[in-house]
Amino acid sequence: MTRAHLVEARDVAKSFGQTPALRGASVAIRAGEIFAVMGPSGSGKSTLLHCLAGIFAPDRGEVWFDGERLDTLGEAERTRLRRTAFGFVFQFGQLVPELTAADNVALPLLLNRVRRRVAYGTAETWLGRLGIGDKGANRTGELSGGEAQRVAVARALALAPKVIFADEPTGSLDSLTGEKVMDLLTALAREAGTTVVIVTHDARVAAYADRVVMVRDGLVSGDLGAVGEQVSAAKAGR
Amino acid sequence: MYINGVSVPLTLLGLLEREPSHGYDLKRDYDTYFGRGKQLPFGQVYSTLGRLARDGKVAGGRAEPGEGPDRKRYSITDAGRAEVDAWLADPVEPEPHLQTILFAKVTLALMLGKPAAAYLDRQRSAHIRRMHQLTELRRDGALVDVLLADHALFHLEADLRWIDLTSARLAELAAVVNPEGAPKQ
Ligand SMILES: Nc1ncnc2c1ncn2[C@@H]1O[C@H](COP(=O)(O)OP(=O)(O)OP(=O)(O)O)[C@@H](O)[C@H]1O
Ligand SMILES: [Mg+2]
Repeated sequence: MTRAHLVEARDVAKSFGQTPALRGASVAIRAGEIFAVMGPSGSGKSTLLHCLAGIFAPDRGEVWFDGERLDTLGEAERTRLRRTAFGFVFQFGQLVPELTAADNVALPLLLNRVRRRVAYGTAETWLGRLGIGDKGANRTGELSGGEAQRVAVARALALAPKVIFADEPTGSLDSLTGEKVMDLLTALAREAGTTVVIVTHDARVAAYADRVVMVRDGLVSGDLGAVGEQVSAAKAGR
Repeated sequence: MYINGVSVPLTLLGLLEREPSHGYDLKRDYDTYFGRGKQLPFGQVYSTLGRLARDGKVAGGRAEPGEGPDRKRYSITDAGRAEVDAWLADPVEPEPHLQTILFAKVTLALMLGKPAAAYLDRQRSAHIRRMHQLTELRRDGALVDVLLADHALFHLEADLRWIDLTSARLAELAAVVNPEGAPKQ
């Protein structure tokens, strides 16, 4: 049963100086689940995501990934996990604007010592799946916001990660473009069996998830988690 | 039975839960908080109270000296209290244009010192669950179905924004509708 949850935070606390961002947050995310974290601005959503992804070390509590304690791993080992098992989609800034779309998608693969030809072949495939196969040679700095975000999703998925961490993945997009990105991200992740953790304040984005929790004042509210259970149960039952 | 989408009997029961009251006081508070420009006729107040008494949800109380129905002081029974509790705790069927009923529930919950924040959380959950179903529907739906689902999704999203804003302003609203603080709990 320990493997039932792929990603887990247990009673995680994290402060920045005097500011408590998390005050004992717990979540347990199953493998293959699309999981959304909602909550007001400043409630600690991004901090929780960063703790789950091993980017921040919690002050207290435990973070588990695939049956391993993540928070007590050494830096080198955590970096390896972030490069091989985790994909990231953020609102801005994770692409290198001077590089082409294909370069951006291939780059993490090259860092993982995938051979150049294979890396660029994979990049082309994923750009095609995201409907921007014709943009491979364009510099990402010159793409529209929606196109750039699709490159970011392609980059995250091309690694075949176990989990994708997305922080406001549609935050800078209009609703139609945001919907397109969410449609693609969730459909392709489901197809690949990839777990997705999405932080968003947008209910329409959260509605793509199998389960939704609410973060408030650095704590995860149990109530919405239970609702998510009902959503999953309803799905299983039909 | 319903005015502006709000159930009159349940609202009167809720008002009675604060303290035993005369029909006149109930009508005044109903008009102030829930009437939205439409007054509740006295006749409806007394016929509603009569039905509630028949069903054992209010007790007719002692008639005070004088004449007319207004001499009676009504009080809520345990069955009536249970009914108000169940109504407040049960999320409204998520559908567009339910602001008035949500507003009435939040206001009454605050008047009665009940956990309005928890009720709003449950409503938020019900809304998100419905939005999830509609999003699933959109996935393989024909364009017409997608557009209809979108329409519902935008309305539900608007409700949710209202729920979020109201959640953040519960203390302010409580100070308006229940200045003496919670009567119980
Ligand atoms: N790197 C940091 N240094 C200092 N304080 C921080 C840092 N990151 C977050 N905080 C503080 O921690 C609290 C939680 O921030 P966090 O970014 O997790 O919120 P959030 O829920 O993601 O908000 P938003 O919806 O606005 O992105 C806030 O008070 C924030 O100011
Ligand atoms: Mg954030």
